[in-house]
Amino acid sequence: MATTVDAPPTPPPPAPPVKQDRRAGTGRLAALLVSPTMLVLALVVAYPILAAFRLSFYRDNDGIDPETGLVQSGETFVGLDNFTDMFSGDAGERFRNALMNTTTFTVVAVSIEVVLGVLMALVMHRAFKGRALVRAAILVPWAVPTAIAGLLWRWIFQADGVVNKILDLDEPVLWTTDGIQAWFAVIIADTWKTAPFIGLLVLAGLQVISNEVYEAAKLDGASPWKTFWSITLPLVKPTLLVAVLFRILDTLRLFDLPFTLIGPGKDATDTITVIAYEEAVKFGKYGPASAYSIFLFAYVAVVAFVFVKLLGADVLGTRDGKKGR
Amino acid sequence: MVTQGRVARGAALAAALVLGVSACGSSDSGSSPSSGSTPAALEGVGPITLVTGKDFSGNLQNQVDTWNQQHPDQIVKVIELPEDADAQRQQMVQNATTKSDAYTVLNLDVIWTAEFAANQWVTQLPESELPLDKLLPATVETGKYFNKLYAVPTTSDGGLLYYRKDLLDAAGVKPPTTWAEMKAACDKVLPTAPGTSCYAGQFEKYEGLTVNFSEAVNSAGGVVVGDDGKPNVNTPEAKKGLDFLVEGIKSGQISQKARTFKEEEGRRAFQAGELLFQRQWPYQYAKANATDGSSQVAGKFAVAPLPGLDGPGASTLGGHNYAISSFAKNKKTALDFIKYSIDEKQQRDNLEKTSQAPTWASLYDEQALIAQFPYLTELKKSIEAAKKRPAVVKYQEVSSAIQQAAYDAMGGTTTSEDALKKLQSKLEELTKQ
Repeated sequence: MATTVDAPPTPPPPAPPVKQDRRAGTGRLAALLVSPTMLVLALVVAYPILAAFRLSFYRDNDGIDPETGLVQSGETFVGLDNFTDMFSGDAGERFRNALMNTTTFTVVAVSIEVVLGVLMALVMHRAFKGRALVRAAILVPWAVPTAIAGLLWRWIFQADGVVNKILDLDEPVLWTTDGIQAWFAVIIADTWKTAPFIGLLVLAGLQVISNEVYEAAKLDGASPWKTFWSITLPLVKPTLLVAVLFRILDTLRLFDLPFTLIGPGKDATDTITVIAYEEAVKFGKYGPASAYSIFLFAYVAVVAFVFVKLLGADVLGTRDGKKGR
Repeated sequence: MVTQGRVARGAALAAALVLGVSACGSSDSGSSPSSGSTPAALEGVGPITLVTGKDFSGNLQNQVDTWNQQHPDQIVKVIELPEDADAQRQQMVQNATTKSDAYTVLNLDVIWTAEFAANQWVTQLPESELPLDKLLPATVETGKYFNKLYAVPTTSDGGLLYYRKDLLDAAGVKPPTTWAEMKAACDKVLPTAPGTSCYAGQFEKYEGLTVNFSEAVNSAGGVVVGDDGKPNVNTPEAKKGLDFLVEGIKSGQISQKARTFKEEEGRRAFQAGELLFQRQWPYQYAKANATDGSSQVAGKFAVAPLPGLDGPGASTLGGHNYAISSFAKNKKTALDFIKYSIDEKQQRDNLEKTSQAPTWASLYDEQALIAQFPYLTELKKSIEAAKKRPAVVKYQEVSSAIQQAAYDAMGGTTTSEDALKKLQSKLEELTKQ
């Protein structure tokens, strides 16, 4: 009772602590609200990565008892063996070949896709009759699941398929057999599949460029070519870089197209993910498979880092924010 | 909590490595307990599951329903896995590595026996309780590992030589029993049949190529992996076998296109009349004889045993075996159900309704069945002379290595001599004990 009487004369002093309390309270509440997300992330992101990291230093025992024919159980710590094996012997040859394929697919496919994607965006951006139809048509490949697309392209590329009918050569090209033609088949299918993605993002970039800039260029008598290089491209560059970065990261982990279109075990098209899958799922050798995955993880991280640093790809939109203010 | 423990261990391990703590291979190995020559009695009666690939025939459920009516306290539930063999194996392996009791009777492809037995994922079966002497001996062999029975054959499969009877008859040529005769027949017949090539099998880089390569090597008198478990492919016989395929491609008697053939691509080519001879499984017989217009060779072909180097060749054995998961409950029921499934009556039913090749030997000699399936006699010969594929624990890797060697040699990127030499050293590495 007494306190309630005393309190009214001095209301200001308690105010700051209350504010602090409230802030601390909000912080605690925020932590509480975020914690489920963090927990889920830890479970589905951190744990698999750490588990794969651990696995990459182990190998399953696979010795066979000559008397009973039974397999030894358990696993052995092998240090860096799984990693050093990537660069020596048969397994190393296979891995380096896969690394090479992964890299060449990324460089070549993404380059072609950028050119085609920008062209698609320019077409989709134009105002003309039937534009909605063209936009929809261009986006169809992007909407097809990749594994299905791989099977469709397999039919197109098979020995008596559409491509060979159109080419009409004396001897059909055996696209799905091992060799450079299989590599091209994957590039063609990947380009068909994902150039629309770049087109879509670039289109979004084009739409925010204000018309006044183009009108000014027109008044100054700039040629369409000059307008493209000096206005469109620089203004769409931030969006384009993000699109390219996404595509690079995506292509580095290319799996479904080589697997369904050409089939696993072909030297010309095996990527790192394909051989990691074969090692783990088919051969049951999780150690080397994890080592491959860890390598790919590092490779992707380095490429992304370099790309962001060198070209200044604005993934999180921070620069726009700064500029805006 | 368990996961956290693992994470902590993993993190600690990583830290230790980063700090450069050197550690030699610490092994927590230990052989699994070895079982004696007489298997432990299978005990437990009650509901079980039957795990199998996709059943297209629909007859499996009939068989199981009949069993369930007779044994209401020992209900069998069918668990269907995907159609793809790799996916089936993967799920069964996962079930075994987690020691789950969800799967009881496993429908194993003949090539998985060694892997499942060596890992003790399936349990040893009592030979004395099973009518093994009534089954084709070659098929029973596929269920054995280190002279112990782990699986019982329920269906079999053997390669046949499909040939265009109309074209051979017109040219007055008898079906060939050797590769040389087949070549001569092609030389004689092909000029009169434009658009037709001599021979094809399954030459795409997948399990089918392992089958075709093994057949070629066996038919030339060689072996891939001997009975002692030791690979022996760097031999003149094996080279002659591989050369049959390689020279065939080079001379054009096997078309380049055939290198993209799996079973279905080859079947389409045969049905379109593009092949004079073809190595194929029995399932093609009914489809190629269909008179609904899908096949242009209906009624124009027949089958013979596969040809070889100096005489009839040796097919590779296909088929499926039933085994009992080591981690299952109610193993006695499982064994009873297997006995019920491989019984003569069930197998006859199955053949009539699904045309799957039986393992019950006497069925092949029943006139009524031969009338319905004219290829049965040839198929029996094929299976009796058939060789099994390498019975090795690391079968998947062995098969991959075989495919690599055969595919490269047939593609002309390496000579058959080098391919076999490399294959031999790879197989030695994979089968060393």
